[in-house]
Amino acid sequence: MNVIEHGRGKPPLDPHLKALENEAIHIFREVAAEFERPVMLYSIGKDSSVLLHLALKAFHPGKLPFPLVHIDTGWKFPEMIAFRDQVVARHGLDLIAHTNPEGLRDNVTPFSHGSARYTDIMKTQALKQALDIGRYDAAFGGARRDEEASRAKERIYSFRTPDHAWDPRNQRPELWSIHNGMIHPGESVRAFPLSNWTEVDIWRYIQAERIELVPLYFAERRKVVERDGMLILAEDKRLELLPDEQVREEMVRFRTLGCFPLTGAVRSQATTLDEVIEELEIATVSERQGRAIDRDQSGSMEKKKREGYF
Amino acid sequence: MSSQSLSQTAAEIDSAATEPAALHHPETVARQARPLRFITCGSVDDGKSTLIGRLLWDTKAVKEDQAATLRRDSTGKQNELGLPDFALLLDGLQAEREQGITIDVAYRYFSTDRRSFIVADTPGHVQYTRNMATGASTADLAVLLVDARAGILEQTRRHATIASLMGIRQFVLAVNKIDLADYDEARFRTISRDFREIALSLGVRQVTAIPVSALKGENIVMRGGEVMPWYGGPTLVETLEKATQRTGQTTGFRLPVQRVSRPGEGFRGYQGTVAGGSIKPGDSVVVLPSGVEANVKAIVTYDLVRNAAVAGDAITLVLDRPVDVARGDMIAAIDQRPQTGRAFNARLVALSPDGIVPGKRYWLKAGARRQRVMVRPTSALDLTSGNWDDASFLPVNGIGVVELDFEDTAIFDTYETNRETGAFILIDPESLNTVAGGMIDGKRSKSGRFDALPDADRATITLPARLLETFLKTEFARAHAGEIRVAGPEEVDGE
Ligand SMILES: Nc1nc2c(ncn2[C@@H]2O[C@H](COP(=O)(O)OP(=O)(O)OP(=O)(O)O)[C@@H](O)[C@H]2O)c(=O)[nH]1
Ligand SMILES: [Mg+2]
Repeated sequence: MNVIEHGRGKPPLDPHLKALENEAIHIFREVAAEFERPVMLYSIGKDSSVLLHLALKAFHPGKLPFPLVHIDTGWKFPEMIAFRDQVVARHGLDLIAHTNPEGLRDNVTPFSHGSARYTDIMKTQALKQALDIGRYDAAFGGARRDEEASRAKERIYSFRTPDHAWDPRNQRPELWSIHNGMIHPGESVRAFPLSNWTEVDIWRYIQAERIELVPLYFAERRKVVERDGMLILAEDKRLELLPDEQVREEMVRFRTLGCFPLTGAVRSQATTLDEVIEELEIATVSERQGRAIDRDQSGSMEKKKREGYF
Repeated sequence: MSSQSLSQTAAEIDSAATEPAALHHPETVARQARPLRFITCGSVDDGKSTLIGRLLWDTKAVKEDQAATLRRDSTGKQNELGLPDFALLLDGLQAEREQGITIDVAYRYFSTDRRSFIVADTPGHVQYTRNMATGASTADLAVLLVDARAGILEQTRRHATIASLMGIRQFVLAVNKIDLADYDEARFRTISRDFREIALSLGVRQVTAIPVSALKGENIVMRGGEVMPWYGGPTLVETLEKATQRTGQTTGFRLPVQRVSRPGEGFRGYQGTVAGGSIKPGDSVVVLPSGVEANVKAIVTYDLVRNAAVAGDAITLVLDRPVDVARGDMIAAIDQRPQTGRAFNARLVALSPDGIVPGKRYWLKAGARRQRVMVRPTSALDLTSGNWDDASFLPVNGIGVVELDFEDTAIFDTYETNRETGAFILIDPESLNTVAGGMIDGKRSKSGRFDALPDADRATITLPARLLETFLKTEFARAHAGEIRVAGPEEVDGE
């Protein structure tokens, strides 16, 4: 068998990124070896793109020994779905898209049900359904500890009860890089290979490894409307404008990607990777500031995680 | 100390506190090394989380929206100085905020112009010692906090001991809340002296003692010269910037095999992370426990087929002949092999409420190898006297020496020579929880004695019998138990 070399002509990673890459690959291999039915949660964003890239590296020259699951709420940016399908085709991935059928039936939208209930039904419940259907005992996610204060507390192997609940008061010790993958039937583990990465690490890695991203991460003139202090993309017909709202065209980009009605854009001139990184290094607000679902209250992420959210 | 200088300092700090995240480029630091990993530890309420919160604040790692949240969450909990409750930057769990204590480790990332850091803020409460151990296991350095008013407590000793057992050789002693002890130099000197004594008994020689006020940010990033003119040493951040990274392993090549990759005809690769030494094509290796020998044909990675790999690299190794290798095996340098056998001695930190029960069979996991083991505690550390006393049971949070007996071959280096291949965890077979962290001291021969050293490398000293027992209880004797041979008077006479 001929082994392909993807890195010809590419300068080596700096030691900081190399150490993070090595750690992530180690986690991927350990989970794949110890669990019977692993799966990878793929959300199409920058962290998922890095996660997928690391998975491909971990199992090279073999294929990924697990499928990918995408929780599709139906309200993702259309460019995300197009990008997802391209990536799946290019790498020959096994991707399962899941939407909560009850939520679909009841027409649950961010507008009709409010962000908290919508997120619970279309994301948390949908995720639990998908994991139950596949009887997965381990799920990789791209969460990073620097994202949020309760994530900063989470183990690399985050133990979940049969109801997918996280008990932050009772986490297993996690010593050295020795992971305890033993669980009882029905229990599962969420594994986070990017735990120790920061937002800047992600961008530097994307640059160094030339990883492709959804174009929404780069500034462009886009139609937006200002709502609750967020700049919402106004390109989807399902977005109903309130009486005093006006659609404007502005140079904007996104720091995180989720459901378009709940994800705020930032005004930016950064059209290239270099410019994005430069912008980040002097940024005075955190990346989650643009996310409606995280802003409800301090501790809302922990609450969602206890209920089974990633 | 004049009240004027104090109020000036407070005003300065306050202005710093209201202007987070100024235009500053800490992330453009030299990234020519992996980040330094350190922990904060010490007794409950000594100010660990406040210290890290303050450190993040003063290195501009707190963004505007996070600062706004902190101010909002601090209302009602503000101290008399009107400063935010910096610990809330770390104590992110609801239960922690309600009780005002840390329950589990928080990992945070920050940089200065010189260096990047991963800090694990660990809980002081004895009930959560397991979480402290989690943070300590991967750290290069420990910042041990002491409340200047209370001095060194049992929990301070416990944390210092666990940190040193886990191989941390650099300590910063942060004598905190010095503002509440009138910035008293004598107090600082006394506590530093007490701690140096403890450190020496643990074999730790590198201690930097710094008087600090975590809350007010004195000697953290900014100097506290105005209020502590008697202190001319470095700030905390300066000390961290100069700290060295743990050099890791002194053993030969080690590759614990995580997976065997067989994607298609003809290809068979062994995947794992190099846990010691280095390797290149053509090198001779041995597969353990089988003992089969082979040569390295190629080192495959996604990017390139490489001509060398070093400790830390995640690789796929291809050998020059078909040999039987499975997950849990170890591929090692042919001329620098790890120890193999069925009986080892180790030191252990017990992490579960049930403690470690003699004669119980546990799962032991080391690297990718998991096997059954019988554990028999032989002595436990008394934290008040510093002595190792005979014991057959280890209670929760207990630190002890144990004998390990395996049903099949185990493969280890001593923890002292290799932190990766000398460490293990114990898993309870019923709860499946991780119940202990362990560090290998050496192999035990059938007679029950160690055989870490051949006779040719031995020298003999003799002690009065009455001193022998005391000597054997010291940390030094325990640490070198594998090398010390005790002979009775008749034996010595006979020689
Ligand atoms: N005056 C003064 N108060 C301080 C200082 N450092 C911490 N404190 C206060 O001491 C209390 C405890 O601080 P924490 O940072 O939560 O202590 P901790 O060591 O993290 O506690 P645990 O994690 O629960 O073990 C808080 O009310 C702090 O404001 C200091 O240097 N000076
Ligand atoms: Mg704390």
